[in-house]
Amino acid sequence: MIRVILPFHLRTLAGVDAEIQLEVGGSVTLCSVLDALETHYPMLRGTIRDHVTLQRRPLLRFFACGEDLSHESPETPLPEAVRLGKKTFLIVGAIAGG
Amino acid sequence: MSRVRVLVGTRKGAFILSADGMRKKWKVSGPYFAGWEIYHMKGSPADPDRLYASQTSGWFGQIIQRSNDGGRTWEQPGTGPGESITTPEGMPKGESNKFVYDVSSPNGKPLTTHQWYDGTQHPWEFKRVWHLEPSLTDHDTAYAGVEDAALFRTTDGGKTWHELAGLRGHGTGPKWQPGAGGMCLHTILIDPANQERLYTAISAAGVFRSDDAGKTWKPINRGLRSQYIPDPDAEIGHCVHRIAMHPERPQVLFMQKHWDVMRSDDAGESWQEISGNLPSDFGFVVEVHAHEPDTIYVVPIKSDFEHYVAGAKLRVYRSRTGGNEWEALTKGLPQRNCYVNVLRDAMAVDSLDECGVYFGTTGGQVYVSADSGDSWKPIVRDLPSVVSVEVQTLP
Repeated sequence: MIRVILPFHLRTLAGVDAEIQLEVGGSVTLCSVLDALETHYPMLRGTIRDHVTLQRRPLLRFFACGEDLSHESPETPLPEAVRLGKKTFLIVGAIAGG
Repeated sequence: MSRVRVLVGTRKGAFILSADGMRKKWKVSGPYFAGWEIYHMKGSPADPDRLYASQTSGWFGQIIQRSNDGGRTWEQPGTGPGESITTPEGMPKGESNKFVYDVSSPNGKPLTTHQWYDGTQHPWEFKRVWHLEPSLTDHDTAYAGVEDAALFRTTDGGKTWHELAGLRGHGTGPKWQPGAGGMCLHTILIDPANQERLYTAISAAGVFRSDDAGKTWKPINRGLRSQYIPDPDAEIGHCVHRIAMHPERPQVLFMQKHWDVMRSDDAGESWQEISGNLPSDFGFVVEVHAHEPDTIYVVPIKSDFEHYVAGAKLRVYRSRTGGNEWEALTKGLPQRNCYVNVLRDAMAVDSLDECGVYFGTTGGQVYVSADSGDSWKPIVRDLPSVVSVEVQTLP
């Protein structure tokens, strides 16, 4: 199971706790995790990446195992510790505003 | 006894204020969608318990919310959890928060760019829904005015939205440009006598009318004069802040422009200024009394660079003559040290026998007058900054 941490506003939108667990078939990549997330929680479609282009929304970032994955290719495999469920994949809202 | 339900959108959530027809004791519910900007909420005239809300965020984009029980519970009307996000044929389903511009060029013109602040052309980019206008007769049909300016419609209760592309495509779109608040389509009026006739207003482009249910459009800005654009009498480019009509006299329109309060007696074909003795004719809201088509309300704002009320006094101005002659309504409103604004969607009227008038401020107050504006009381004083106010008159 892949463990994903959502930012506060997306937790309330999806009606979930901070951490959710997802079954991801095949390769565990940025794209496949987001696909699985949107399949289980369709209300999140368009809130993390654009509906049409699937580009990450500008004020969101992706982190795992202390690494910033925001600018990696969608096909980038997630770190092994995330694939094994030992570490979480974090979707983080940028801190913007004073 | 009749009752009223006031729908308040704020920078940090939605609130619902309820009272009986006396409008003295209020129940405050909320915040709904706490922490999100709620640009607008509006109820269906065909089914008052059907509400639509525009929930938006610079981080997470646009969400459409819907209630079928007068705001007690809410849902996103798109695909539900556990449902497939594709059709049986494998095609992506529409989603309630999916606003995609029509690029099919129905008029044979590309619909890809508008004028940017510096005069160059800039691609259309969806940002948010400013205004939701439910159909007068069908609770599943509603219009959405969006930024960057375009008009969308749903006919399935908000599950999917489709652009009425004739508005952007009629020819003047490349000349539209953003106002200070963005290039937003903020006003949608439906003519109750002829529901094929729609009006929209865009900052900063002007007013447009369709006589065929939104298929084709034309600009209706003759008589508007704006000193801040290169040609003050141009067909396009006027920063219209709000338009309003009385449902029993729909050919008469009232407008609060950036500067100037205006009136049209011929469905927008021509406009005349009616600012008269207002202390400032800059402002955002304009509203019409529920039972007196020539009684109108505005809130003068000091200037376009000082977005607070003139004279540090919160004054609603009322004209009982359809414009030009205005009286200040001050009873119950702060008359010193007041520096709030009243945004364009933040005034509404109920239709009780004694017309109620409501408005919300950027300081978080929502005021009610149960006597057509003669006197005012705050319903709440300390909400987040108020973006929109609508009221429903319920049996």
